Amino acid sequence: MRNRLTLIAANTFREAVRDRVLYNLIAFALLLSGAAVLVGQISIDIEKLVVINLSLTAVSLFGVVIAIFVGIGLVSKEIEKRTLYTVLSRPVRRWEFIVGKFFGLAATLVVNTGCMAVGVFLALLYISHRLQKPDAWVLVALYFIVLQFLIVTALALLFSSFSSPIMSAVFAFALFMIGSFAEDLRGFAAMAKGITHWLASAAAYLIPNLSALNVISSVAHGKPVAASLILYNTVYALCYAAMALSGAVLIFEQRNLK
Amino acid sequence: MPAIEILGLEKTYWGGFWRKRVKRALHPLRLTVEEGEIFGFLGPNGAGKTTTLKMLMGLVFPTGGSARILGLDVNDPQVKAQIGYLPEQPYFYDYLTAYELLAYYGQLSGVPARQCLRKVDRALKQVGLQNVSGLQLRKFSKGMLQRVGIAQAILHEPKVVFLDEPMSGLDPMGRREVRDLIQQLKSDGKTIFFSTHILSDAEALCDRVAIIHQGELKGVGAVADLTAKMDVKVELIWQGAVMPLSMRSLAERCYSGGDLYRAVIKQEDQERALDALRREGMRLLALTPVGASLEDYFLQQVKPADKPVEVTV
Repeated sequence: MRNRLTLIAANTFREAVRDRVLYNLIAFALLLSGAAVLVGQISIDIEKLVVINLSLTAVSLFGVVIAIFVGIGLVSKEIEKRTLYTVLSRPVRRWEFIVGKFFGLAATLVVNTGCMAVGVFLALLYISHRLQKPDAWVLVALYFIVLQFLIVTALALLFSSFSSPIMSAVFAFALFMIGSFAEDLRGFAAMAKGITHWLASAAAYLIPNLSALNVISSVAHGKPVAASLILYNTVYALCYAAMALSGAVLIFEQRNLK
Repeated sequence: MPAIEILGLEKTYWGGFWRKRVKRALHPLRLTVEEGEIFGFLGPNGAGKTTTLKMLMGLVFPTGGSARILGLDVNDPQVKAQIGYLPEQPYFYDYLTAYELLAYYGQLSGVPARQCLRKVDRALKQVGLQNVSGLQLRKFSKGMLQRVGIAQAILHEPKVVFLDEPMSGLDPMGRREVRDLIQQLKSDGKTIFFSTHILSDAEALCDRVAIIHQGELKGVGAVADLTAKMDVKVELIWQGAVMPLSMRSLAERCYSGGDLYRAVIKQEDQERALDALRREGMRLLALTPVGASLEDYFLQQVKPADKPVEVTV
């Protein structure tokens, strides 16, 4: 089982690496980090703040775009091109296929984020000439961004297990946007009364709380991140991704591959 | 123990907005394939051949019935390690080379990495692709992809091989090679279940065939047994100025070229046909009994007037 998961994940990773679109995105993100350096040079005393904000936002956005657009194709493309038939006619269980695909894309995003992180730290080194202790919190922000990717990838897989690629992209991107403002929704739910309160609360807990995983601004100001938040966010992201993935597996297990 | 047992497998699709339109893709199908047989699954396009194969592969879930391969349920992972499957018009990961693809599939089938490379080499050689093993599949022609498809179906040395239209996209030489390969697999003790609508391939290769039409089994057995049930026919060749009118009504098929005529008639109509020729003063050149072919049997079972089975409830 472990071997089959690894094989499917490795093949998914290989596909992404051989996909030229992915290379372009990395190059573009590095370019954006370079642009951040330029912006930093014309911002008096807040170069670092601007560079961290801009570059981490770019890392997050590019990663999410990859997670959604590659993620929605992981299952639908295999069904459409019928490449799945020769995989599932082997001793491969359907859940192994879905989970293997998830890990393959997750590995791609981790490597991708790693490349982008190198760009971020090079940009920081360029403007400060040396790295300082608070800069280490940038790594925590990057870790949270990766946790966001896990959630978004699992959601993209969930939607693509029952919907068309375009609709899957719309759903996943919409959830990403709403999830980025989840704290506001929770604030609204706390203030609302009656049925609105219940509906808003239900929606707030159902959508992924991606705003809790966004510490870019506080890290840019050099503020530390509490260990409890790191632990809470890790557990939350892994549980949420696991639930979305379980949903994808449950749907895919019932699906006729016509 | 039979290699394949299909026990009332059936499939119905519900369509339309209210899901009230019913389409029976496969009526309950009962079929047994013995070990070591080459079994041809014949039918016109849309007959239900691919649906049956997909149900046997666990890709489509049956509405009813079940199937067993080598005595185990089709969804048992142990079964899947012992079967090979070539889908219709196969498409593979085109960013991989033929070698990488087969190594991936081999390992997914549970072949240990060390043995896998040897088996990949052998499979590539068997389908004649050893010289292009390092080429990405996106550069392959349709025929080459079909060969890759056959290679991936046999590389892990399965006991039962399912081939959906294996001759599709192949040139005459390729078809010959695949026929030889299927015969080689049989002599290695494998069971081969293949679907096709190329009847000459089935006639040349199969120990037994089944004919399916509009999701219903129309006949099953050895080609000789099936065709023996057909009416015996005779072929008449004669010389004359015109085709006698009475001959037109008797003949199943008529051909003419210059002043030569050829007609295929039922043996029971032979005397009436000869009388007609005598009356018209035609010169009989040849009278030859014609054995019924698989094509004759197939065409008899698959009547073009039949309408698709679709009902609204």
